[in-house]
Amino acid sequence: MSQPIISFRDASKIFPGRGRRAEVRAVDGVTLDVAEGEIFGVIGYSGAGKSTLVRLVNALEKVTGGSVVVDGTDLTGLSEARLRGVRAGIGMIFQQFNLLSSRTVAGNVAYPLEVAGWSREKRRERVRELLDFVGIADKADVHPRQLSGGQKQRVGIARALATNPRILLADEATSALDPETTQDVLALLRRVNRELGITVVVITHEMDVVRAICDRVAVMEHGKVVELGDAYQVFSAPQHDVTRRFVSTALKDRPSPEVLARLRERHPGRIVTVGVDEVAGSSALITRTLREHGVDGTVVYGGITEVAERPYGSLTLELVAASPGVRPLPDGVAPADGVDAAVAALRRVTDVVDLGTAADPHEDPSVVRRGVGQAPDDGPGGEERRARVIGGPARQVGGGPFGGPSGMTGGNDLTTGIIDDGGKR
Amino acid sequence: MNLDWDRLGPLLWQAGGETAYMVLITLVVGGFLGLLLGLGLYLTRPGNLLQNRAVFAVLNVAINVVRPVPFLIFLVALGPLTRAVVGRTIGIEAFTFAMCFMATFVFARLVEQNLVSIDPGVVEAARAMGASPLRIVRTVLVPEALAPLILGYTFLFVGVLDMSAIAGYLGAGGLGDFAIVHGYRQYDWAVTFVVVVIIVAVVQVVQLLGNYLARRALHR
Repeated sequence: MSQPIISFRDASKIFPGRGRRAEVRAVDGVTLDVAEGEIFGVIGYSGAGKSTLVRLVNALEKVTGGSVVVDGTDLTGLSEARLRGVRAGIGMIFQQFNLLSSRTVAGNVAYPLEVAGWSREKRRERVRELLDFVGIADKADVHPRQLSGGQKQRVGIARALATNPRILLADEATSALDPETTQDVLALLRRVNRELGITVVVITHEMDVVRAICDRVAVMEHGKVVELGDAYQVFSAPQHDVTRRFVSTALKDRPSPEVLARLRERHPGRIVTVGVDEVAGSSALITRTLREHGVDGTVVYGGITEVAERPYGSLTLELVAASPGVRPLPDGVAPADGVDAAVAALRRVTDVVDLGTAADPHEDPSVVRRGVGQAPDDGPGGEERRARVIGGPARQVGGGPFGGPSGMTGGNDLTTGIIDDGGKR
Repeated sequence: MNLDWDRLGPLLWQAGGETAYMVLITLVVGGFLGLLLGLGLYLTRPGNLLQNRAVFAVLNVAINVVRPVPFLIFLVALGPLTRAVVGRTIGIEAFTFAMCFMATFVFARLVEQNLVSIDPGVVEAARAMGASPLRIVRTVLVPEALAPLILGYTFLFVGVLDMSAIAGYLGAGGLGDFAIVHGYRQYDWAVTFVVVVIIVAVVQVVQLLGNYLARRALHR
């Protein structure tokens, strides 16, 4: 990666306690780089510190430890007057839009231009251009009160882009919008990134947002970054429980224990969950493997979606040895062994979680449990399978710019182990 | 009802002028200083733009001390300061000074209460665009709270009118004094009644005007 446009180095923000209230470590030793021109996501539950983290970028909050460097300028210790200059070069949009109700749409968009000292004529011209870009040119003279949520956020985006910033910070920008409007606004953010080349930092608690637009992502919990990397990589091979919980909100592809119990009632055969992704586990490969071993696979559960525009998900199959009368078995394969052999073969092409049969059930090792960092080994399958969940790190996922805009690590000790694996993936 | 308008008319006219003098000066001076004091109180409040615990505490206590004092007593108690500033302790100028003083503190609290209700997100957005605190006061705080500020100012008008009657009775003249001297003391209820009607009518007109301006400021 070229020079990162934003870099945090061991950045901390501690709000001091007062009286009986304990101090809050909102951001706790975060080290990460945001590359110029990317869409970087910060995902976490509320209270994880992501909003504070993003406010360190435009110094609405100041670090209490470590440093934040934005576009080559170290913000630590800058005077308030200098910081105002930095802020003027960074756009920001908000969950509640934060438009001035005392001004019209055009007046709101003109606000940062007034701050920057643009002349009236230049302001008028620029405002028209911006409202055109976000597609609400007809609403210029309307007051924000009369707009829908999606329109308000478009005004927010136009306002944030007014002074041609190089960075746009989006703080839960779609959380107050309905799903359809969310997609519109996300598409607009993608355009901002692609057409204007603006680096976008997106704060969200919605997995769908990251899935739709983020190139890279940091997962936050308790003020720390617990996972960091390429969005596809992080979500196709989640290492941390928080990450797994987010993945499960976006795609309910894995049967819960309750669902699994019902599946076993209905399907007495061997139940396995296989990972599906763009290369290794394409469903064609899975189908072929089963056919080669004379095994019928019935899809009983599953889901496939896209992460970072690449397919990702899993299918849960009931595997039953095809009766010899229907299809001839390959030489030397006994019907009873067929399923075992097929499972072994599937393991060579994708990730497999063997859930056993109704008579001999295996627990799903990847069911998210608090305090369990890695899934335990769930039976035979060799060292290679250890701790591997669907999309686990041992899998070679081909293609794509993995490890790509690399600055993803830069020695972030918080994510050691996760990141070190990342390079080898 | 035997109103001697030939005699009372000019006196009433003069009383009205005195009241207008006191009320208008107080509204302008007290309104302006009250706005500044209220903004100061809001801005220095912990967590706000210019947070300063010491300044906030001083302003807050000062307002809490001044505001609850009954105006009649305040007027007398402020005597030494009035003498120092105006040169005398009675007369319309002296009492108008005291009214400005009280109105400033009353309006400061009204201003602060209305500013507190502004969404802090809007202030944060302005900060994020690089606006200075002074600009934020001018372009965000006052415009965003304009409607309630107008209503608060209208409310202040009624309070000031009330103060002017007390000041008038103590020697500043005005409508209150007129109602007492020419009405109450003469057992001439009609005169008192006429003054009351005039005051109610003026208050009604001002309130209607305030409501109208506030509604316009809300952009509804």
